Amino acid sequence: MEKIPILRMGDFLLVTIQVDMHDRLAMALQDDLTQRISETSAHGVLIDISSLEMVDSFIGRMLANIAGMSRVLDAETVVVGMQPAVAITLVELGLSLPGIRTALNVDAGMELLRSSNNGN
Amino acid sequence: MTVISKNQAANLADLLRGHQDAILEQWTRAMSGSTRRSDLIKESELRAQCARFLKVVATAAESGVSDLQSPAWGDVREMLGEISRSRAQQGFTPSETAMFVFSLKRPLFERLRQEHGRDPEAWASTLWATTEVVDELGLYTAEVFIKAKESEIRRQQEEMLELSTPVVKLWEGILALPLIGTLDSARTQVVMESLLQSIVQTNSKIAIIDITGVPTVDTVVAQHLLKTVTAARLMGADCIISGVRPQIAQTIVHLGINLLDVTTKATLSDAFSLALKKSNVTFARNSEQK
Repeated sequence: MEKIPILRMGDFLLVTIQVDMHDRLAMALQDDLTQRISETSAHGVLIDISSLEMVDSFIGRMLANIAGMSRVLDAETVVVGMQPAVAITLVELGLSLPGIRTALNVDAGMELLRSSNNGN
Repeated sequence: MTVISKNQAANLADLLRGHQDAILEQWTRAMSGSTRRSDLIKESELRAQCARFLKVVATAAESGVSDLQSPAWGDVREMLGEISRSRAQQGFTPSETAMFVFSLKRPLFERLRQEHGRDPEAWASTLWATTEVVDELGLYTAEVFIKAKESEIRRQQEEMLELSTPVVKLWEGILALPLIGTLDSARTQVVMESLLQSIVQTNSKIAIIDITGVPTVDTVVAQHLLKTVTAARLMGADCIISGVRPQIAQTIVHLGINLLDVTTKATLSDAFSLALKKSNVTFARNSEQK
């Protein structure tokens, strides 16, 4: 079964979604990620969805859930590289993802994580 | 839909073939009065057009098929469509275009009178059948003319939509979107898409939406603005709404619209200086004037 890799970069975890998400894969990612956060005691999670071209309400909610779970585990989530079409779809679905921080690209996202990490 | 009998169709074909030159002569003369616009079309060109038209009508009528919507009349319809489309572009009025066909009635009727003058009943019935055909052709011309105009209007509307949503780059990483005119759902969609696309292309962290040119802000417009701001935020860009006029500020509060999550500024310059501040850019006035 395909799996979404979770890379560790210092204090942060890097998740790059490069395939079309389906529901089982999303659930597996949720499991893996929470597992890895508690293992590595990471302080930040960066999810790159620049290759994701389609979302539905389930994936949208899953992103919000991951952010919520990470926060409980004391890690901040930044979603980067969202495509315009994906952003429009999420807004039209009424999913404004208020708990999630966003950035334009991985660079900006990393900077955001670092600065908020230094602040703590 | 006009339906004439086979016999009548054949009659019409015979008539057109037999007296083509005479009909053509009279027809062009009839048109040279009120409906021929010598400034827009040349006499020879009009004549050639008329001759070709008579020929295709004769061929279509000859086929014996009486239904004007049928494939046998396809050539006629195509040619009429071509003529009225080109006239719509050349600047003819609708009635001038329709008269191209309607002015064919007089020469046709005169021929019919000469042929059936002694038999009133036959004359009346062929007259009626011919009228129906010519009317149908004339109406078709007018319809195509209007459709051509309509498509022109639609194209212009689309162009206006494009023109009215320019995204401009103010600074490295700062975009501005000056909105002019009323925002409706279709426009918001275009605005949102072009803004988000530009954010990706220019890698901008801050987008300023200037609503100085938006005449009124109601709940729908506010909803659209909020959607755009939210979508930009999801992509990782901050939005500032600027150009909120005093009346609009009052309306927003009276309507109970919640814009608390959005940064708003009164003028574009305020928004721009905030954006510069957020991007850690500072300016100093040069005091040493040389």
